[in-house]
Formats: sequence, C-alpha cells, structure tokens
Amino acid sequence: MTSTADRPPAPEHSSGPLSPHLQIYRPQLTSVLSFAHRLSGIALSVYSVVLVAWLMAAAAGSGPFSSMQAVMQSLGGQVLLGAGVFCFFLHLCGGIRHLFWDAGYGFELTNIYVSGWAVVAASVALTALAWLASSKM
Amino acid sequence: MALQSMRSSLGRAAGLGSAKGGVTQWWAERVSAVALIPLTLWLAASLIKHSGSDYAGVIAWLQSPLVALLLVLLLISLFSHLALGLCVIIEDYIHSGAKFAALLIVRFTCFSLCVTGILATLRIALIT
Repeated sequence: MTSTADRPPAPEHSSGPLSPHLQIYRPQLTSVLSFAHRLSGIALSVYSVVLVAWLMAAAAGSGPFSSMQAVMQSLGGQVLLGAGVFCFFLHLCGGIRHLFWDAGYGFELTNIYVSGWAVVAASVALTALAWLASSKM
Repeated sequence: MALQSMRSSLGRAAGLGSAKGGVTQWWAERVSAVALIPLTLWLAASLIKHSGSDYAGVIAWLQSPLVALLLVLLLISLFSHLALGLCVIIEDYIHSGAKFAALLIVRFTCFSLCVTGILATLRIALIT
C-alpha cells in the first residue's frame, strides 16, 4: 500500500481525465488506422476544396482551366494528387470497415486485424491501379 | 436494468433522450457515407478516364445531364459528410470557447463550398 504522500502531485489546472497517455502507447494497427481515418478525412476536406476550384476553373473558361491543369500536371501537383488518391481509398476502405462495425459485424479481435490489413492492402493496390489507369489514358 | 424498468412506457416507446435527437448527426454521417461510396467511385473512374482529355472534352462530359445530376448529388453528400466529420473532430479535441467559432466556420465554409460547386456545375451544364 502506498500512501498518498508517495504519489506524484496532480497537475493543478487539469480539468479533464488524464488517461490514456497516448505518447507512451505502442502503435498498434487498430489505433494507427483509427487515427489515419480521421487524418485522411481532414486531408480529403482540403482536396474537396480543390474539386470545387477545378469546377470553378472549368466554368470560368479554357484559360483558367488550362492554368489549373498545368498546376495539377506539375511534379508537385502530381505528388499531391497521388497522396490525395491514397487518402481517398484509405478513407473509403476504412469507412466501409466502419459501416460493417456500425451494423454490428467484425468485432472479433482476429477479424479486426484481418479487416485492418485488408484496408491497408486494398488502399495501396487501388492507388497503384488508379495511377496505372490514368497514365494509360 | 433497474433504471430501464423505471422509465415510463411512453418514454420507452418514444425512445428519445433529453436531447430529442441524439443519433441524428451520427445517422446523417452514415447515410452520406453510403451515398458517397458509389458517387465518389464514379467520379474517380470518370476523372481517370478524362485525365488525358482537353478542355473541350472535359466540358462535353460535364454538359451531360446525368453527369451534372450526379455531380450535384456528390457535392451535397460530400460537403454534408465533410461538415459532420469535421464537427465530430472539433467536438472531440477543442474544449475551449474556440470550439463554437470552429463549428460555425466549418458549417459556413462547407455550405458555401457546396453551393459554389453546384453553381459552377450548373453554369457549365446549362450556360456554357
């Protein structure tokens, strides 16, 4: 039994719960994918702005549209587009996994890991497939 | 169980808590997610197909009535899903007064972007 005097003093200005301490957690597929789902969602919000900008450029005429296409076809644009495509497939596959959970399926620990790795593999494969297909067009 | 049995029959039948709409946002996020699966896959496939097209080719595609309709549906689902998702993240991580400002900014920005995207789509489909 430890007396209260042995414990480290509690922070004085803390108003919320102090646990879990994420910085000492070993990264696991489950937590990494959970975090990646939110991060890719935030990233896709930015790409949604690009989609609207692209539509605006197309509506504005061939000049603005060509400038927009030139930016997207530059090296930086292609890298960002590739990252966006990966975020899209990660969020799509992860979202389908979440929908199965919402319906009450796939909660067994082995299933969680099988579906998690399936999401990773499918996202990588679909990104590569999209890249190959667009380079053939 | 004890608490459950203390609820009135009417309360159990109505199934609503004090908020009267606890799962509304959660459900709306799922509905928009399901709508976005076919819509975004269609857009991704179409954009891949048109990645080699010039301005005239892209405009001709955007002028098809079905494409305009699907794009408008996509923009509505996309920005409602986006607003719901970002609001959940804000509510989870921001606990200061900035939370309300952030929620308002996200809602207004998403709505404005959605309307802007729809107007651009309709302008191409109906005017260009």
